[in-house]
Amino acid sequence: MKINLCGVRGSFQTSDAETKDFGTRTSCTMVSEDAALLILDAGSGIQTLSSLNFSAKRIDILLTHLHMDHIVGLGFFSPLFTPDQEIHIWGPKSSTQSLRSRLSRYLSPPLFPVVLRDLPCDLVFHEIGNSEFTINHFIVTSNYILHPGPTLGYRITGNRSVFTYMPDHEPALGQQGIIQNPKWISGFDLALNADVLYHDGQYTSEEYKTKKGWGHSSIEDALEYASLCKVKKILLAHHDPTHSDEQLNHIFQSIEHNYKALPKYEMAVEGNEIELP
Amino acid sequence: MPAYGIEIILSRQLADSLSLPVFITDTIGNLIFYNSPAEETLGEKFEETGEMPIAVWSVIFKPVDELDNPIPPEDLPLVKTLKNKLPYHRTFWIKSLQGNKEKIALTSYPLISNENEFLGAVAIFWKINDNEN
Repeated sequence: MKINLCGVRGSFQTSDAETKDFGTRTSCTMVSEDAALLILDAGSGIQTLSSLNFSAKRIDILLTHLHMDHIVGLGFFSPLFTPDQEIHIWGPKSSTQSLRSRLSRYLSPPLFPVVLRDLPCDLVFHEIGNSEFTINHFIVTSNYILHPGPTLGYRITGNRSVFTYMPDHEPALGQQGIIQNPKWISGFDLALNADVLYHDGQYTSEEYKTKKGWGHSSIEDALEYASLCKVKKILLAHHDPTHSDEQLNHIFQSIEHNYKALPKYEMAVEGNEIELP
Repeated sequence: MPAYGIEIILSRQLADSLSLPVFITDTIGNLIFYNSPAEETLGEKFEETGEMPIAVWSVIFKPVDELDNPIPPEDLPLVKTLKNKLPYHRTFWIKSLQGNKEKIALTSYPLISNENEFLGAVAIFWKINDNEN
């Protein structure tokens, strides 16, 4: 299983040179194995995939939720404009509006010049919640996780590896932080024993104090979460757009200095490729 | 056992932040969480009891009406919520652990997910002092 990090920045795309090492583009990750391919989220990072020559007749895009930093690239993803290209968009159910109609709020004037119904591709929508389904040989499990608005986390099981994707997640929301009982931990079943957990680590613990309830995690909470879920490795992602490369390097070094007995961790870097057995 | 849905987890997090007693049950009435203010009423600590089957916790209270007649379980808001998946409210009296009669108001509501799945119920109540305005 190959994991390509196409966009790891949180909230909005940056453009300054001081953020280019970790990456400027917002959430998008490609997971591939054999001939199967999944695209997770359609933030501005999806643009890096537009130039790929998609030989597959079918492309599957799995959206965690519909905040702009996770869908902003959708309208610029060139396969959408390829006649007869089959594109399946999977996303969270809502009790009020369909996935198509919620996405249309962005993909329509005045925010976007082209409306969904005019796209030449063959677009198929799948509304999911606490679900399990297969795409090619991948087994995909989705569960609602803690983040404002309907938001899913994904567990993708390939031939021999498990990748869990939760770019926006605040499991420590509440008075006592993460409750130390698996039954009360958001997304626990998705992350349990994953080979790699891609997880929100937007803030430092100091920053998190004033941003509780915004739907994101401190790096420390993300590490604790990874530990409780016994993941083999956590990729800390959704970097705050105000964090420069220098600050992120400093944060990374301070984790190394302050924490010793932790699961393996890494800061997610745009453009990196991770290979799992 | 798999983790609870986020609707239940969020209900507990909210209950943890309130000064009013809150009870959270699963779909058949087993008590899966109660907050600190509820511990005082129940006379038990959640950290010590953990989850409680309905048969254990439902007999702790002895609800009565204004004439001191026992209220049958099927007329209590939480039981009605579990049965009908609708919110209910009622004012009644319970005998406290010290044997005093306390007037309480209780509101219960169902937890129904985005996917219209019934997940359990929440009961929140407060003591009424008729001498207060």
